[in-house]
Amino acid sequence: MITAVRKPLEEIMGFAAPYSRVLLLGCNECVTVCYAGGRKEVGILASALSMAFLKEGKKLDIVEQTLERQCDPEYVEEIAQTIDQYDAVFSMACGCGVQTVAGRYKDKPVFPMVNTMFMGASERQGVWAERCAGCGECVLGRTGGICPVARCSKRIFNGPCGGSTKGKCEIDPGVDCAWQLIWDRLKALGRTDLYSEIMPAKDWRSAKDGGPRRIVREDLLS
Amino acid sequence: MKTTSNLEKVLAAGHFAATGEVGPPRGTDAEAVRKKAGHLVGKVDAVNITDNQTAMVRMSSWAASLIVKQMGLEPNYQMVCRDRNRLAMQSDILGAYALGLNTMLCLSGDHPRFGDHPMAANVHDIDSIQLVAMVRQMCDAGLFQGGAEISNPPKMFIGAAANPFGDPQELRVLRLAKKIAAGADFVQTQCIYDMKRFKEYMHQAHDMGLTEKCYILAGVTPLKSGGMAKYMANKVPGMTVPDEIVKRIAGAPKEAQAEEGIKLCIEQIAEMKEIPGVAGIHLMAIEWEHRAPEILERAGLLPRPQV
Repeated sequence: MITAVRKPLEEIMGFAAPYSRVLLLGCNECVTVCYAGGRKEVGILASALSMAFLKEGKKLDIVEQTLERQCDPEYVEEIAQTIDQYDAVFSMACGCGVQTVAGRYKDKPVFPMVNTMFMGASERQGVWAERCAGCGECVLGRTGGICPVARCSKRIFNGPCGGSTKGKCEIDPGVDCAWQLIWDRLKALGRTDLYSEIMPAKDWRSAKDGGPRRIVREDLLS
Repeated sequence: MKTTSNLEKVLAAGHFAATGEVGPPRGTDAEAVRKKAGHLVGKVDAVNITDNQTAMVRMSSWAASLIVKQMGLEPNYQMVCRDRNRLAMQSDILGAYALGLNTMLCLSGDHPRFGDHPMAANVHDIDSIQLVAMVRQMCDAGLFQGGAEISNPPKMFIGAAANPFGDPQELRVLRLAKKIAAGADFVQTQCIYDMKRFKEYMHQAHDMGLTEKCYILAGVTPLKSGGMAKYMANKVPGMTVPDEIVKRIAGAPKEAQAEEGIKLCIEQIAEMKEIPGVAGIHLMAIEWEHRAPEILERAGLLPRPQV
């Protein structure tokens, strides 16, 4: 999923200062799963903002709504009838959702309520960790299902570097060495032969270095 | 002989090589480079010029290398993957070679987190093994990494680094083999204190035939004090310092610790000379360049061969 964390209240207060009525818009997808911007977090932020404004002797009218998906024009259309009632939209979706809303309602200010973090997985309750860098050319089949691009601090394709110590990365003892994990997994799979092959320099065009990416599926175009 | 590198000539002639190291200054003082390197003129076969080591901004490696070259000392131009993409790396290699540099060392580079620009983008377009392969292709095939022809290709004596002590242990020789397969002519190791483990590593490398394909220079760093021994033992990632060494240095009277460190270093060099497949030593006398000639002299490595 795409992970996110809510922005600090002070920053959000700064966005809100010029307005008297805003739509606080949650998303039912990734940000719900990582407890950053779903229906529940919309409610919590609405209360916190209202209280903070009251404390300053001001009033902010906040309307709460949560869409199925803010990154999908079909669902973003749902607010077309009511959007004129608001001075601004405060989106709790990831950056994809914020931009879909902003792209559809061009004359309406849209502000992000969360910082979008990474594509990750839940390690345990309350902990998410990066797993995929979206580099566009998956090598997991050669690396025992552990990604060196997303999980090695130096994104080394032929690791590990000299800093791997007791299974941990040199940058932080809290970070696993991706290449230790890769090696352990290749051993478990009986595929240590894969290690000996030199992985050639990556073509980063499939990643963001080729410019903004799109997927066009001819078979689905209408 | 593939290059004009003095280090290659010394190694190819079968001499036990000795290389040194100089870290460029954090400023524009060319004299600072000359002062450090001055201690090593005529004492080593090549001197490594570090590239923003520990992720701190320093005078560029190629520029400091050129200053050293003008002193009659052969620079081993270091290049890390952290700060440049493949375009910048290749153009620097062309420029370096055009200016007379013929020996280089390909490295990953310390993570920016350790330096004074932890906010910097971490490039890592290619890794150190891919860098070795890229330089190999530039030199031998005369082709850029992207495939186009190079007019008047460089001829570099290509080095790589190896850490025999990082984890996972069992991968270390395999990774060395990958660096050699990528095209490394020589390898300089991380500084060695755990002789037992280093011997096992070299034994394995020797058995795999790696020492036939590549010159391996064993890294040594004299311990200046008990404090430094403890620091190396506990704080440097991927470094192993046996307890008896820490005890030996830290246990000496304070004023005698430096001498004890030098003695240990000399004993280690003597041991390394006997290890099959060790083609030389790489002396990293960190901010102690002025003591390097004494260490080399007492280790019986002077005078250096003229080839």
